[in-house]
Amino acid sequence: MALVEFFSSLGLPYGWAWVLSQGILILVLSVVLLVMLAFLLLFDRKVWAAVQMRRGPNVVGIFGLLQSFADFIKFATKEAVIPAGANKGVYLLAPLLAFVLAMASWAVVPVGPGWVVADINVGILYLFAISSLGVYGIIMGGWASNSKYAFLGALRSAAQMVSYEVSIGFVLITVLLFAGSLNISDIVNSQGPDIRGWNAFGILFPMFVIFFISALAETNRPPFDLPEAESELVAGFMVEYSSTPYLLFMVGEYLNIVLMCAMLSILFFGGWLPPIDIWPLNAVPGVLWLIAKVVFFFFMFAMVKAIVPRYRYDQLMRLGWKVFLPTSLVWVILTAGYLIVFDRLPV
Amino acid sequence: MIATLAFYLFAAITILSGLMVISARNPVHSVLFLILAFFNAAALFVLLGAEFLAMILVVVYVGAVAVLFLFVVMMLDIDFGGLRRGVMTYLPLGALIGLLLLVELAVGIWTVSERGAANLAHPTPEGVSNTEAIGRILYTDYVFYFQLAGMVLLVAMIGAIVLTLRHRPGVKRQSIAAQVHRRPKDAIEIVDAKPGQGV
Repeated sequence: MALVEFFSSLGLPYGWAWVLSQGILILVLSVVLLVMLAFLLLFDRKVWAAVQMRRGPNVVGIFGLLQSFADFIKFATKEAVIPAGANKGVYLLAPLLAFVLAMASWAVVPVGPGWVVADINVGILYLFAISSLGVYGIIMGGWASNSKYAFLGALRSAAQMVSYEVSIGFVLITVLLFAGSLNISDIVNSQGPDIRGWNAFGILFPMFVIFFISALAETNRPPFDLPEAESELVAGFMVEYSSTPYLLFMVGEYLNIVLMCAMLSILFFGGWLPPIDIWPLNAVPGVLWLIAKVVFFFFMFAMVKAIVPRYRYDQLMRLGWKVFLPTSLVWVILTAGYLIVFDRLPV
Repeated sequence: MIATLAFYLFAAITILSGLMVISARNPVHSVLFLILAFFNAAALFVLLGAEFLAMILVVVYVGAVAVLFLFVVMMLDIDFGGLRRGVMTYLPLGALIGLLLLVELAVGIWTVSERGAANLAHPTPEGVSNTEAIGRILYTDYVFYFQLAGMVLLVAMIGAIVLTLRHRPGVKRQSIAAQVHRRPKDAIEIVDAKPGQGV
């Protein structure tokens, strides 16, 4: 908000000063996010390699630190192949949509106290809405490729994402019952001041577990990576994609994974709040705490990818509809009852 | 200024994509334009200050209903040429129904606008957030209608399941309970086979 005042003092009308300052905020957030993503990609590959007793990328830069940037240059300079018979417009729109939606959801994520591009009242609903749109990038890409493998992958993925969204919705409701607000900053603040207030350590712990597993399914990560199961479908919905369109799909997917890690930290692990509210810890800027938590959950995602075998498709559907949905539904009722009985309803 | 620009942008895209829904040659493109229309309608809700309705519109219609639409349309084997053949014969009837709906809408807006003008400009009451305002009305004054709508949906869901559920005999199904209760001593038998004789 200081930026708005700065531009206003330069003589701009308030509306345009606001647009300009929001633009700068969005630019800074996007650049920081994408650069961090480059290193998280490397981190993912390094963890995966370490579990399999390999070295992982180690040639470009010291410890392979520049590997993602080398990959980026390679992706961007190669030829984008469009298969014959593909529906060209939809084919090129799909990766763009996947990437733009993944970036758009970051608009409401508070990375520190007050550090948020759009602090809207219905932030959590906005996130839910945008993540429910994510399926379109996949289904459009799979259909427009005019290929059986891609189409099968897209159908699987659509069914999977729609199924797990239901249980994620109920998990969000339990968290909202505790916070009493749809605003994400309020949800973080309701978990203060230290680790005792975090949602994960209390009645909501099972919901945290369900959210973590549903997040894996929602982002098509192993063990639920059936849309791109390489043993059956080669690469699923992105089998026909190459160069920059593929890069957009991949970056969009990883952005969603990091978003899910951020959601886990914000909803259940107190977001930017330090674990213990004493001097050296609460002097650390909140954004660093959030990054630490996000990296921890990203590490968990990478470990799951490395050590868990892939689910069969019917097992995946059974888990979503017959285990998670009833459990989370019952937990919504339990949480509401708990809040009323112990008179802890937020006003 | 900016809000006005945004309104005309979203409104124009809504109308254009609505037109494209009925004029696109490929039915999948039609559904995609329908989704664009939903999305821009949600953006118009945001401009009105009804952010809760906007998000629910996106979650329910765009995120769930339209996905199923897209599913069905993609799976159908549609003859694109055959779809256009009877257009001219149905055009007068279609135009009549469209005109009727338009007139009804205009009359409705006209009658409401006289007594409801104050409400139209303020979708949110003062000092209460949008979500809270809807919740207060929905779960107090209209709780029976809300429950009734839930019952209607439940009946529709059960009806759909009853219509499509078939129990075919002789189908091999996985029983998770049976698998979990399997023990090594039921499943494995150790046989001491003598050399040259076999089991």
